[in-house]
Amino acid sequence: MMDNKSLISKIIKSEGFYNFKRNPFAIAGAFIILVFLFTAIFGPHMVSQNPYDLAQLDLNDSYKPPIWQEGSDPRFILGTDDQGRDMVSAIVYGVRMSVTIGFCVTIICMIAGTTLGLISGYKGGRLDSFIMGLVNVQLSFPSLLIAMLVLIAFGRGVWKIILALAFSGWVTYARTVRGTTMAEKGKEYVEAAKVIGFPERVILFKHILPNVMTPVIVIATLQIGTVILSEATLSFLGIGIPITEPSLGLLVAQGYVVLFSGLWWVSVFPGLVLMLLVVGMNLLGDFLRDEFNPRLK
Amino acid sequence: MLFYVIKRFVQMIIVIAIVATIVFIFVNMLGDPAVLLLPPEASPEELAKARAAMGLDSSPWEQYKLFVVNVLHGDLGNSFVFREPAMKLIFERMPATLEIVVLAMFIAALIAIPLGVYVGAHPNTFVSRSILSLSLLCISMPTFWFGIVLILVFSVQLGWLPSSGRGEVIIVWGMRLSFLTWDGIKHLILPAITLAVQQLATQLRLTRAGMMEVLRQDYIKFAKAKGVSPHDVLYGHALKNALIPVITVYGLEFGGLVVFATITETIFAWPGMGKLLIDSINISDRPVIIAYLMLASMLFVVINFIVDILYTVVDPRIDLR
Repeated sequence: MMDNKSLISKIIKSEGFYNFKRNPFAIAGAFIILVFLFTAIFGPHMVSQNPYDLAQLDLNDSYKPPIWQEGSDPRFILGTDDQGRDMVSAIVYGVRMSVTIGFCVTIICMIAGTTLGLISGYKGGRLDSFIMGLVNVQLSFPSLLIAMLVLIAFGRGVWKIILALAFSGWVTYARTVRGTTMAEKGKEYVEAAKVIGFPERVILFKHILPNVMTPVIVIATLQIGTVILSEATLSFLGIGIPITEPSLGLLVAQGYVVLFSGLWWVSVFPGLVLMLLVVGMNLLGDFLRDEFNPRLK
Repeated sequence: MLFYVIKRFVQMIIVIAIVATIVFIFVNMLGDPAVLLLPPEASPEELAKARAAMGLDSSPWEQYKLFVVNVLHGDLGNSFVFREPAMKLIFERMPATLEIVVLAMFIAALIAIPLGVYVGAHPNTFVSRSILSLSLLCISMPTFWFGIVLILVFSVQLGWLPSSGRGEVIIVWGMRLSFLTWDGIKHLILPAITLAVQQLATQLRLTRAGMMEVLRQDYIKFAKAKGVSPHDVLYGHALKNALIPVITVYGLEFGGLVVFATITETIFAWPGMGKLLIDSINISDRPVIIAYLMLASMLFVVINFIVDILYTVVDPRIDLR
């Protein structure tokens, strides 16, 4: 408990937090992220219907416009889609999906990429050439193409899209961590740990890892936004999340079909929410990057 | 130099071989195309016959061997649906894709580079901050959604611009091109803008970062001290070096846009190779998917090769190992 408290006070007293308080963009980003996290966790319990439970939908409610337009229904603030789904509920469920996928993919990438980067940088030699060869080949292809390839092979599905995006996202960590590890491994504290006789595993994960975490955190914050956008894009194209599951990208796709009948709200609102979520992630990510990389200030 | 080029060339061939194998393995995991293509009431005999016709009755290993031999002959099989060579289908649609990609890159560079230079040179003005915030918004925006909003505003509400297809095309050297007719240009505008927006923001940020990096260096300070005018320092001394990272990324982004155009093409029913890919995925048209993935990968490998070589030409300090 004591430890925890001192950590918090340490953060509050740090220069980074001081800069954070004085940067309205960073505060806005953090606030947006908190709102979305809250929505993702509690939102589905607070909305009026489960839009993905067909028994709760009524086709008579389909295509109601948002509340400020003529012919709307006060139950549906942002209107309904073709199946009488409340847009607010559908968006809240979609946000939960986006946030879940964003965090899952980022955590998988972070663990896999950092581990491989550490090993690659520390061991060097053949293993290093192999891992870095893989990284370089993968970096020369756009991540969207790689994710598409995986999804074409395995088909649509929530876990499949997580796998596909993780498969294309680990390389940035590996490359960065490898570079930092190579710089760290010549330092005295590593030599000292070796002399004491710690096993390699301990040296890598207890001694070197904390010193390479800074860039990893920056990459992770910026990656969450990218992952969320990629998921939405792939789902929009019809190769990501299956139609039985909630997804903001799929909602936009549904709205696209009826766009020319003047039913604009099915597409516009989910996309707007998606953008806000990614803006929040990018605002905070940009702040962290500048904070940890003072040369860019 | 020659040794470096040869070494990179050999690497390129190896990568293409690996990619081809991966593509083949992955695409073979797709569902049985015979089941998908024939009507559901088809008998087992009919299914077997269809499989034999598509060359799917032999073992995976046999299929792979055949695949390699065919690839070396530049033959990636016939489309199950169109009954035409897959490569031909893709090449037919390639000009349409290249048209919007080139236009999008052009629009992006035209706006991004001057703005990036300005923002990098004057980082603390109100205008710079606004431009940067706007670029963040562009990066965070889902491309497909932006396209839809454009359609909503300019096609549905205002009725100014068409929202689908290529319009009137003129055939030049066997390529169907839209940008030579007024109707074609009207069809081009919205897809190209959709594709350009994210690119614009990325390039702007890159130019800015490059500019800020370069302006800190000693030779710039020296030029200023020497009395070179601020304008010449910016555009004569700094811009050249600031653009090096932009050029590298330019090549890669070009390839990225070809893939990204898939989204734009889907939204605007633009008959390019990206739309062909999505259509083919939906009907499991295996040869076309393989052909697309192979061509796209090859494009990237070749672009990388060229960029690497160019890089050393632009910046002789880079060490050729």
